[in-house]
Amino acid sequence: MKIQQLKHIYRKTKDILTQGWMLAGLVVVILLPFVIGLGLYLKSHHIFTQYNFWELIGSTEWKPLSGKFGLYPFILSSLWITLIAIVIALPVALLSAIHLTTYAKAWVLKWVHPLIDILAGLPSVIYGIWGVIAVVPAVQSLALSFGIKVSGYSILAGGIVLAIMILPFILNILIEIFKSIPIELTEVTLSLGATRWQTVKKVILRKAMPGIISATGLGISRAFGETIAVLMVAGNVVKIPTGIFQPGYPLPALLINNYGEMLSIPLYDSALMLAAFILLLIVLFFNILGRYTIVRFEKSM
Amino acid sequence: MKWRKIEENLFRVLMFLATMLMGGVLILILIAIFKNGLPALTWEMLTQPPKGGYYFGREGGIANAILGSIYLSLGAVLCALVIALPVALFLNIHMKNHERWVHIIRFLMDTLWGIPSIVYGAFAFMVMIYLGMKASLLAGIITVALFILPIMIRSMDEVIKGVPEGLLEAGLSLGANRTEVAFKIFVRQCSTGLVTAILLSLGRAIGDAAAVIFTAGFSDRIPTSISQPAATLPLAIFFQLNSPIEEVKNRAYASAVVLTLIILIISTLSRYFSQKLKNH
Amino acid sequence: MKPAIRIRNLNLHIHKHHILKNINVDIPANKLTVIIGPSGCGKTTLLKTLNRLTDLSSDIDISGQIFIGEEDILHTSRDITEIRKQMGLLAQRPFPLPMSIFNNVAFGLKIGGRKNKNILAKRVEYYLREVNLWEEVKDRLHQPASRLSIGQQQRLCLARGLAVDPKIILADEPTSALDPISTQAIEQKFAELKKNYTIVMVTHILRQARQIADYLIFMHMGEIIEHGPAQEILNNPKEEKTKMYLQGVFY
Repeated sequence: MKIQQLKHIYRKTKDILTQGWMLAGLVVVILLPFVIGLGLYLKSHHIFTQYNFWELIGSTEWKPLSGKFGLYPFILSSLWITLIAIVIALPVALLSAIHLTTYAKAWVLKWVHPLIDILAGLPSVIYGIWGVIAVVPAVQSLALSFGIKVSGYSILAGGIVLAIMILPFILNILIEIFKSIPIELTEVTLSLGATRWQTVKKVILRKAMPGIISATGLGISRAFGETIAVLMVAGNVVKIPTGIFQPGYPLPALLINNYGEMLSIPLYDSALMLAAFILLLIVLFFNILGRYTIVRFEKSM
Repeated sequence: MKWRKIEENLFRVLMFLATMLMGGVLILILIAIFKNGLPALTWEMLTQPPKGGYYFGREGGIANAILGSIYLSLGAVLCALVIALPVALFLNIHMKNHERWVHIIRFLMDTLWGIPSIVYGAFAFMVMIYLGMKASLLAGIITVALFILPIMIRSMDEVIKGVPEGLLEAGLSLGANRTEVAFKIFVRQCSTGLVTAILLSLGRAIGDAAAVIFTAGFSDRIPTSISQPAATLPLAIFFQLNSPIEEVKNRAYASAVVLTLIILIISTLSRYFSQKLKNH
Repeated sequence: MKPAIRIRNLNLHIHKHHILKNINVDIPANKLTVIIGPSGCGKTTLLKTLNRLTDLSSDIDISGQIFIGEEDILHTSRDITEIRKQMGLLAQRPFPLPMSIFNNVAFGLKIGGRKNKNILAKRVEYYLREVNLWEEVKDRLHQPASRLSIGQQQRLCLARGLAVDPKIILADEPTSALDPISTQAIEQKFAELKKNYTIVMVTHILRQARQIADYLIFMHMGEIIEHGPAQEILNNPKEEKTKMYLQGVFY
């Protein structure tokens, strides 16, 4: 009897302790995004004692030594590179997703899926090294064919490398979206005398539109925060890019390149943490937008 | 009518090309990496740390980065696992009757997944300075663990979510409490799926550069304790690729080959396990 | 009267599974033919083969012939869309196209090349009246079709199918997602429509078959066990399997 009771108490205690640990873990995870956001904000808000927000965002001058912290060139570079990446990746991903889910035979998808997974799993730095070896020279000779002499390290090179990186990511989402559209919708449309392509163009794409918007949002959010690969090929010159063959200096690259020296100059660390905070906000905005539309899409199915 | 056919055929060709592009790019990347890296991959390269400074020394190899990466990623995966597995189980078993909250938590976790690693890096760096810590293997491990935490939780969560409704009830009716059902029955039931989730996180951990550049430092030496700075493969590539010295550059290429091979092995393994899960 | 559809030696394999086994049957014109049988007997597959929707999946092997009029639609050189246009399809639950009520009905006409707005408007009204939906939706023609009730959606889908002017209506358990009143509306509509159309309907509800079928096909494990005028089969089944099914022994 005694042993039974002890055993019971032992089990009960173990249960309570484990549950406590589980709950604690959950609380940590739930708090993490808020702690990160709050931490970056607290660290960066010192700078607002001397500059106002719009001044920092809108100013083009980045001279930390003379106290000038204009973030505009970096934000603009990031926007340009992200835009190029999404303009290249989205159509390719759409075409491929439609091909894989409607036209191609089932075994094609079975073979392509591992490829997508491998591409999605390759580290950023591998894309970066490939960019340096292959994309940068290609961009250089492309520019030369337009009569422009540049190094090739440019926002176009960044955009291309980034496009390849987010392609498997967007493609995976789109494949799931197209798969979730019931086959009967295709059947009834075909029965009305439509061709396969008309069915895709007029019905499937329309039905999938919220999903496509969502994939785009998530793709932008992924692209915006991508760091190493873009940094390796974008050139990193502080000026406003005037053309796609010109170098750019994306926001994440600013963080990586300057974190070492930031402690020695007043307000420098605040400016950099502000850059990180802005990066976080932009990424979260597109991410939440994308997730929200995808939840709505699933409900409409 | 004619135009219809032309349009359809045009798009069919484009769609086919788009799919081919995926395979094509992968092959191009692998060729670029292996062509440059394989010739540099000697025994000395794999077993020696760099000599005379990683940026100038012509001698030595990348053993520091290989071991550093392994220590760092295994450490991070272990740390993340200790939190991720209990949380994923808790969400699906203990919170079974709070579906609304589970939804909100999943949404939050997906959002967390979307935060780029550089933001984790910057945040961790800030905390390190605040605490007066130096860049070290430990700091790197903690940062990467935080970064892979949402990835691991959500992939484990998806696996556990797929367990048939009845298993929990069956376990409970045998007299086990929820916690026992979670760790004794569900973990066993989901083991292959959980391994896949761990492998996925391991791949992320080993490939990340942006979070560790702030926190793990970089060192020519192989770390002997967690308070020392450590090199990693991604950073070995990043720091040495732009060197004008051929031997140093070769170290970057060799690191790229090693890193790619590790990632390919991890992804093959996880494919194997997820296939096994399907055949269950 | 000549049969509308003649099926000869039709065999169908999916993934090497023999789904339809040597089907031979004539489907009478301007009658309501009902295909019944236990689930998994191949009745839906047979229906979709008539429309060549089987083209959608790979690993399907079909042999035999299906004549609509004089044309073997399995081996024709004519454009497949022209063949499908002869047959309207009503699915198990309504699948409104992701567009307005008006455009749902006008869709088939538009892709058929009809662009004149006045004619389109007239046609849409005509077919919506045909399914008794006009009065309910005339004030909101340009709202998304997904806002209609399920019963209204199914009638809309019928109007949409009729608008391409088919000769045949294929219906795959068209009332299985509907409430009793909407079900009745569809059944009544079918009884009227068979004057002008040949209707082939799949159902698993025996009551429905008893009430509306003119001609009955009973399938089991991919084979046609028995077919003939509905009353004959229902009152006087010749085959043991049909008897058992009608008594509810397996379903």
